[in-house]
Amino acid sequence: MSAVDVSGLVVRYPGDVTAVDGLSFSAEPGEVLALLGPNGAGKTTTVETLEGYKSPTAGSVRVLDLDPVRDHARLTPRIGVMLQKGGVYPGIRPVEAMALFASFYASPEDPTALLDRLGLTSVARTPWRRLSGGEQQRVSLALALVGRPEVAFLDEPTAGVDVTGRQVIREVIGELRARGTCVLLATHELDEAERVADRMVIVDHGRLLAEGTPAELMSATERTSIDFGAPPGLDVDSLSRALGAPVTEVRPGRYSVDASPSPATVAALTSWLAEHDLALGDLRAGRQSLEDVFLRLTGGS
Amino acid sequence: MKRVVAQTRVELALTLRRGESVLLSLGIPVVLLLFFSVVDVLPTGTDDPIDFLAPGVLALAVMSTAMVGLGIATGFERQYGVLKRLGSTPLGRPALLTAKTLAILAVELLQVTVLGGLALLLGWRPPASFAAAAVPAMLLATVAFAGLGLLMAGRLRGEAVLAAANGLYLLLLLLGGMVIPVAELPGPLRAVARALPAAALSDLLHAASSAGAALPGQAWLVLAVWAVATPLAAAATFRWE
Repeated sequence: MSAVDVSGLVVRYPGDVTAVDGLSFSAEPGEVLALLGPNGAGKTTTVETLEGYKSPTAGSVRVLDLDPVRDHARLTPRIGVMLQKGGVYPGIRPVEAMALFASFYASPEDPTALLDRLGLTSVARTPWRRLSGGEQQRVSLALALVGRPEVAFLDEPTAGVDVTGRQVIREVIGELRARGTCVLLATHELDEAERVADRMVIVDHGRLLAEGTPAELMSATERTSIDFGAPPGLDVDSLSRALGAPVTEVRPGRYSVDASPSPATVAALTSWLAEHDLALGDLRAGRQSLEDVFLRLTGGS
Repeated sequence: MKRVVAQTRVELALTLRRGESVLLSLGIPVVLLLFFSVVDVLPTGTDDPIDFLAPGVLALAVMSTAMVGLGIATGFERQYGVLKRLGSTPLGRPALLTAKTLAILAVELLQVTVLGGLALLLGWRPPASFAAAAVPAMLLATVAFAGLGLLMAGRLRGEAVLAAANGLYLLLLLLGGMVIPVAELPGPLRAVARALPAAALSDLLHAASSAGAALPGQAWLVLAVWAVATPLAAAATFRWE
């Protein structure tokens, strides 16, 4: 049994806006799954359907083998939720909010220890509305985790969080994984996802674009060309002969060699440029960064 | 049970911590009670203005807590996603509503203690039967006013609830027989006022406060209708997020 199972999910809003369009994925206990995509990709809608806030228009979602809407009361003691924003009384102090939420669950974490773990001891008695954005995010995370959830839904947990805060959040997510908690992380921050996620599901326009571990996603789209910048109007025929592979000037000053980026080809390219006393602008070869994959998949630029 | 207690405690603490809420639920009624009992300018129709003011101010207290306080707080909680967030905890809606009800009753108890105590000091002498009629009337009115507050909170943004609830508070303060007797209003306005829950409550409290006066059946009926209609309307239109 998967901790989270999404199958052919379609969510349509009134006015015929399709937020999620046939999405399927699953996540296991002890797995950190990043739901990654640009803003408006349907991440929050997907997460909120799993939390029971929205009903699927078509398809199905299961969390811990329960229906989030129909079995809501049986599911809430076992999940932790961090909304994309807000969700806390403006005038409440973190220590009060933690005590309140702890009272909702059968065997909660020690609220004080959890606040301390997230570096919030010094602001434990500061009203929520006076906390910084990053502190509010960490309190929200603490509230999501105080009930020792089996599945934690974290929607953009690092938004507005500073470097130190991010590090703490990453560590806490790592601890959840070690404890066997399934963490579903919705984020548009690629770097964050790459650091903490075991697996990624890349979505855009409510559809799945790619799925796999960060390493799989990068190697599956291995670069098959060498792209470089040099003065415009190079003799591409001469260069093609030198490299033994076709070279095209994509646009003035931008070139693409249709060959896998072997060291020999790269060496041949640079020596040809040296012979003709031409400056090399930049050179992109080797594995793509995850960002390249992401941007190409989501059609960004 | 543990959840309801914790939630009630938080609701109560946050209410008492909001300055504007305390001003409305205690500050204004205390000032009205003190000022107009000393400065006898209101056409109260009683020998001592306190005999009119005490029941009127108790009615005002119920309205301020059940309608204005609850409405504004709930409106902002909805806007800030608090209700949404609580929806994914094991608290559950019945427990949340129970906690809000208990918190309102606790504030009302505090108001009755302070305002009733002050009125007694100022010479108010209600008959022994006062509580027997006043308590059910105030409870019924609490339901009616809470329904009104939630009706606004369930659809409007926090700021809009703030404006609407305070506006309605002023309107019902003037039309509700709380500081100005309904009998002093011009005919058509009087008819409107009598159909509103504020005047119905203050009529009942005034009658209960004067020995030998019969409780107006029409006021019970008006209050009962509002107490059924507004919670139903609120439940039908309420949006949790």
